[in-house]
Amino acid sequence: MTQSVQTHGDPDLRPGGLRGVAADFGSDQRAFKTASWGKAMMWIFLLSDTFVFGCFLLAYMTARMSTPVAWPNPSEVFALHIGGQDVPLILIAIMTFVLISSSGTMAMAVNFGYRRERGKTAALMLATALLGAAFVGMQAFEWTKLISEGVRPWENPWGAAQFGSAFFMITGFHGTHVTIGVIFLLIVARKVWRGDFDTERRGFFTSRKGRYEAVEIMGLYWHFVDLVWVFIFAFFYLW
Amino acid sequence: MVEIPAGSADAVPAAEVEDMDLYHPKSWWTKYVFSQDAKIIAVQYSVTAIAIGLVALVLSWLMRLQLAFPGTFAFIDADHYYQFITMHGMIMVVYLLTALFLGGFGNYLIPLMVGARDMVFPYANMLSYWIYLIAVLILAAGFFAPGGPTGAGWTLYPPQAVLSGTPGGQDWGILLMLSSLIVFIIGFTMGGLNYVVTVLQGRARGMTLMRMPLTVWGIFTATVMALLAFPALFVACVMMLFDRLLGTSFFMPAIVEMGTQLQHGGGSPILFQHLFWFFGHPEVYIVALPAFGIVSDLISTHARKNIFGYRMMVWAIVIIAALSFVVWAHHMYVSGMNPAFGFFFATTTLIIAVPTAIKVYNWVLTLWRGDIHLTLPMLFALAFIVTFVNGGLTGLFLGNVVVDVPLSDTMFVVAHFHMVMGVAPILVVFGAIYHWYPKVTGRMLNEVLGHIHYWVTFLGAYLIFFPMHYLGLLGVPRRYYEIGETSFVPPSAHTLNIFITVMALVVGAAQVVFLFNLIWSLFRGREAGGNPWRATTLEWQTPQTPPAHGNWGKELPVVYRWAYDYSVPGAPEDFIPQTQPATGGVTREVTA
Repeated sequence: MTQSVQTHGDPDLRPGGLRGVAADFGSDQRAFKTASWGKAMMWIFLLSDTFVFGCFLLAYMTARMSTPVAWPNPSEVFALHIGGQDVPLILIAIMTFVLISSSGTMAMAVNFGYRRERGKTAALMLATALLGAAFVGMQAFEWTKLISEGVRPWENPWGAAQFGSAFFMITGFHGTHVTIGVIFLLIVARKVWRGDFDTERRGFFTSRKGRYEAVEIMGLYWHFVDLVWVFIFAFFYLW
Repeated sequence: MVEIPAGSADAVPAAEVEDMDLYHPKSWWTKYVFSQDAKIIAVQYSVTAIAIGLVALVLSWLMRLQLAFPGTFAFIDADHYYQFITMHGMIMVVYLLTALFLGGFGNYLIPLMVGARDMVFPYANMLSYWIYLIAVLILAAGFFAPGGPTGAGWTLYPPQAVLSGTPGGQDWGILLMLSSLIVFIIGFTMGGLNYVVTVLQGRARGMTLMRMPLTVWGIFTATVMALLAFPALFVACVMMLFDRLLGTSFFMPAIVEMGTQLQHGGGSPILFQHLFWFFGHPEVYIVALPAFGIVSDLISTHARKNIFGYRMMVWAIVIIAALSFVVWAHHMYVSGMNPAFGFFFATTTLIIAVPTAIKVYNWVLTLWRGDIHLTLPMLFALAFIVTFVNGGLTGLFLGNVVVDVPLSDTMFVVAHFHMVMGVAPILVVFGAIYHWYPKVTGRMLNEVLGHIHYWVTFLGAYLIFFPMHYLGLLGVPRRYYEIGETSFVPPSAHTLNIFITVMALVVGAAQVVFLFNLIWSLFRGREAGGNPWRATTLEWQTPQTPPAHGNWGKELPVVYRWAYDYSVPGAPEDFIPQTQPATGGVTREVTA
């Protein structure tokens, strides 16, 4: 398994810019000289997943543009009644803030992971998982509120039925991603805490040696889920 | 090639990564059943794909029997006929060809050909197969479910796919089909990521991308395409599942069924078509590109000549892959989309002919003055070139809007895509099996049986599909249970239908010969030795045949040259393995 990030010769001597890219792709063994197998795999998976979310969002936009009935006004639909007045988009603003903050704690976890500070890494990953779980919790609250107001996948009180369909499908699919992320954050955090990556303890399923890089790969996924949310937020709530 | 300085062709860079940490199986179960060895997984994939493919083959006989002798077979009613069509199409395209080329050949050949010990993540690779098997089982469950499998046609167009008039539309059929596809895509993604990362990051010392055999290039590019195209199908399946289960209206317009206004409204059936074909057209090349790659290697090896224009071949594969993502709507000329789109998509479609033609010319130029051995792999490769050109030329008719409109939904379309993405890739599958069977099993396939199989299949395929073009030009529609009395279809068309059916049964029988050969040769075939075809690529240089777990013994191979050093002037043999250093011999780098 690829631990080292050695490349051919001194990295400083390798050509930079486009020439460097051409040299790396023209070389043997590895096309991406600094990427391990796991990292390369996660990047390519995320590219594929981007297409999944891209198709979901494009389908939603098509439905929104082509439906004969008017689309509900997101500012009103997603408002919370607080202190005697409707505050538009307040919940979603908090949710977005929480999720983006979780990317910050994740990035710090990756940093401490490479310094091999077990405690801080695990704590920050737990914090990330907590923020992620909070996000999913608020999403559950939002779903409950909308459902109690009569929004269903097949109908809603305010306009095009596709509003509910697309909303539940896309936020549900994203929420599933966050939930899976939280589960894996907990698994990796446990491994970090137990010192699996220091003792090169072998994985239960894969019987491969674990490394601190797992934290970074986990981070790639988490940042991706976060980034996707920004697009869903923009296209669903702000449009 | 910056890494290998000129003047020292033998200098190969040091290993960048540690040798792979393989999982060593401890029991029979982990060695042969839940195996993490890509070669075992490849065989599992292939056997499963061929098994479900045989089901699809039988379905095609049943359809042909109905078309030739309408009303004769009581058990084939209209509903069954549509179910046969749907299952035949979906199985052949996704569960046979995609799984066999990528899961079967990809798993076996990629690690061996790039000089790796295994796929980079063997555990995920194993999961990929088992999830694929579950997908196949869900699909096959449709045959036993109440109402039978879906009869929506393999394209599953809504709204009809989920209406009660379509077999399986309001029963289990469509649900099982959509779930099976979703599961298939999840499983495929696990394998596909492995194939891509193994090619990009797991090659042997000295194995540059431009020294890889074209087989690997074809499978690699097709896998990248699959990872980007299957998401569209995934999304389409999820949305249709919701339309059917939750009563959403993504694809469902306001619709009256049997006098009842349905609860749906405001959805877009065309949206499904766009999503489906954004997957569906790249899918054609997901099947074709591995075939292109494999056939290049078969031709070069069995004509004892380097492939003509290697670089162009690689770039043609890449360009075809890129273009195939911007042509999907040529399947939708009659769907009612904006005609200006038709113009755009016709243009991009015809541009694909350029890189494709480059490939065909290069195959022919590789044969030119080659030392052609008419072995079975070579025969199948030659058959592929002819068939692919034939199917490609009818593609020019269908790619143009004005010509396509009258031909659309006729037998001409059936003939076209069966030639170009049915028969042609299957011929390569056969050629590849005859070529690599000795490596997989250590024994040669029987030649006599092979020749019977070849000639009946090759000539028979033409006797089946050539007349279909004519039927299509007459205006005989496709997907009709029976034509009945029509003024524009002459009685001779019926005679032709009987002829086609008889040929289909004959060609089907030839496949039984092939299957018998596969099993018989496993025990009684001639011993093959390590390199029966005297080929250059790495998989023929393994210390054991069949290769052991880990492929290479203690030392990983080191690559000194490209994959096509056949008949090099001055060399003692007419082939130089990729592992042989250039010292003293003639060096032919692929560098510009």
